[in-house]
Amino acid sequence: MVKNIINVENLSKSFDVSSKEPGLKGTIKHFFIRKTKSLKVIKDISFEIKEGEIVGFLGANGAGKTTILKMLCGLIYPSKGSILVSGYSPFRRKENFLKKITLIMGQKQQLIWDLPPIESFYLNASIYDLDKFEAKRRIKKLSDMLEIDDELYIPVRKLSLGQRMKSELLAALIHEPNILFLDEPTLGLDINAQRNLRKFLKKYNKETNATICLTSHYMKDITSLCKRVICVHNGSISYDGELDLLLKKLSPVKEILIVFRSDEDALKLENYGFTIKNKIKNEITINVENNSITSSLKTIFNNFDIEDIYINEPPIDEVIGKILIKKNI
Amino acid sequence: MNPRKYLKVYKKFLHTSFASELEYKTNILIDLITAILSLIGSIFLLSIFFQNNVSIGDWEFEEALIIQGIYTILNGITNTWFNPNLSEIVKHVREGTLDFVLLKPIDSQFFISLKKINPSGFLEIMLGLCLLLFCIKINQINLNLSFLSLSLITVTCSICILYSLWFFISTTTIWFVKTWNATEVLRSFLYVGRFPLNSFSFSLRIFFSVFIPIAFITTIPSEVFLGLSQSWKILLEIIVALVFLITSRKFWLFALKFYSSASS
Repeated sequence: MVKNIINVENLSKSFDVSSKEPGLKGTIKHFFIRKTKSLKVIKDISFEIKEGEIVGFLGANGAGKTTILKMLCGLIYPSKGSILVSGYSPFRRKENFLKKITLIMGQKQQLIWDLPPIESFYLNASIYDLDKFEAKRRIKKLSDMLEIDDELYIPVRKLSLGQRMKSELLAALIHEPNILFLDEPTLGLDINAQRNLRKFLKKYNKETNATICLTSHYMKDITSLCKRVICVHNGSISYDGELDLLLKKLSPVKEILIVFRSDEDALKLENYGFTIKNKIKNEITINVENNSITSSLKTIFNNFDIEDIYINEPPIDEVIGKILIKKNI
Repeated sequence: MNPRKYLKVYKKFLHTSFASELEYKTNILIDLITAILSLIGSIFLLSIFFQNNVSIGDWEFEEALIIQGIYTILNGITNTWFNPNLSEIVKHVREGTLDFVLLKPIDSQFFISLKKINPSGFLEIMLGLCLLLFCIKINQINLNLSFLSLSLITVTCSICILYSLWFFISTTTIWFVKTWNATEVLRSFLYVGRFPLNSFSFSLRIFFSVFIPIAFITTIPSEVFLGLSQSWKILLEIIVALVFLITSRKFWLFALKFYSSASS
């Protein structure tokens, strides 16, 4: 049986935030008397993550995804509740715990800006107490996996965003962590760079059985990497389960576009109980429930002369968009 | 804590810092010229003060030069280690890159205090040492083991006090986010350290001894140089240095509990 590597129970986090009224008067007032209020950003959440799982955290901006990740890796102290990651309480930041985890943030970088990435890799290797030969072996292995070579010797400031992100990944993985926390790792990358990064993460997970917790606003990252998603809405968990089930639940119908050979056939379609969504000459669009797709297609092929047919999945972004605004799914 | 590992990491810090600085040759050259001009300017200023007075606060010009020498060494240390590292704490907190530091299996205070180095500060340290050697000659100071060890102890204590003060102020960034001004104020107070403490009025002397211990930073090591210092003063400086170091460490660990990281 696969054991749990992350256990979160009744976790809450509150931050003190100050608000300011607009205008000069508001600014002066804010300077002298700062009104703060406690804002509960994470509200009593519980979940477990198994070893080797890739879990996507979904939610709108400010929903609390990054705060959860930062509490899991021990950067932020929880206000209430308990977290156990690989048997450790993250906020204690014990050396053995830190050697098991890594945090990669798409919008922040740890590489030394003026030097080639290789210098940062060796610096990290010494921090993780790796000898020179072991560090060299790991850099070779990871650079092969990430398909980077010459870039390792070019100053970071001269690298493209994609090359920089690959180097960031290498720097963050040199100690071979078995839990990866990724906060929007593909942010700002072009389509090819995004695809390469996803390919690498899949491979890394397969080869090392590492657990990956990921947040991303690019739905392709979620759909191609995560079987399981945790949806966060205003600091609470609105859904925790398989992504496929969620998509089916939120989008129970598929769109079928039928091109008939004659206009007459197109007119007869309604007689068979189909509701027409759209009609342009001999092209008709209907919505069919997922569980009756096969029988509907059988009826159409047996009774009509069809020139062409297309079955369209609803756009994933549209479906996920629904998740972000729903309190309960 | 594994001292071998920390030594290995520090060697890497030195290597990467030098390599980063050497990427910008002109900048290094300008820094070096600035250091030389700054020392010449300071000695010139001191000589103006002494133009019409044989002594200020019982210190003669040749003796006051010792304070200038120690100040130059400390300023060199400030520019070599404290300024490039401790000023970065504000940036780390504002931009959220402190996250990377805290997630490394190494002491965070060690990492943020020593990661960078500014090689041009070395010249200032060398210039300060040369000035001190010159002062030893003109003041006819007898070099012996007790003199050397006492000088070393008091200068080390001065470095510890200076570091702790700076680190303490930088740590408050975790609550206040922007504290650049506070470290600038501290630097301006340090300029005071170029003059003998006795040259100030009684109330200022109290202020610079109790609230901002500038007196401990330059005057006591200078008194040791001239053989004027009493043992209780040296002992007091050691105690002050220890208290400052321990307090700044505890304050850092306490402050980290309030670190909320920057939003993404």
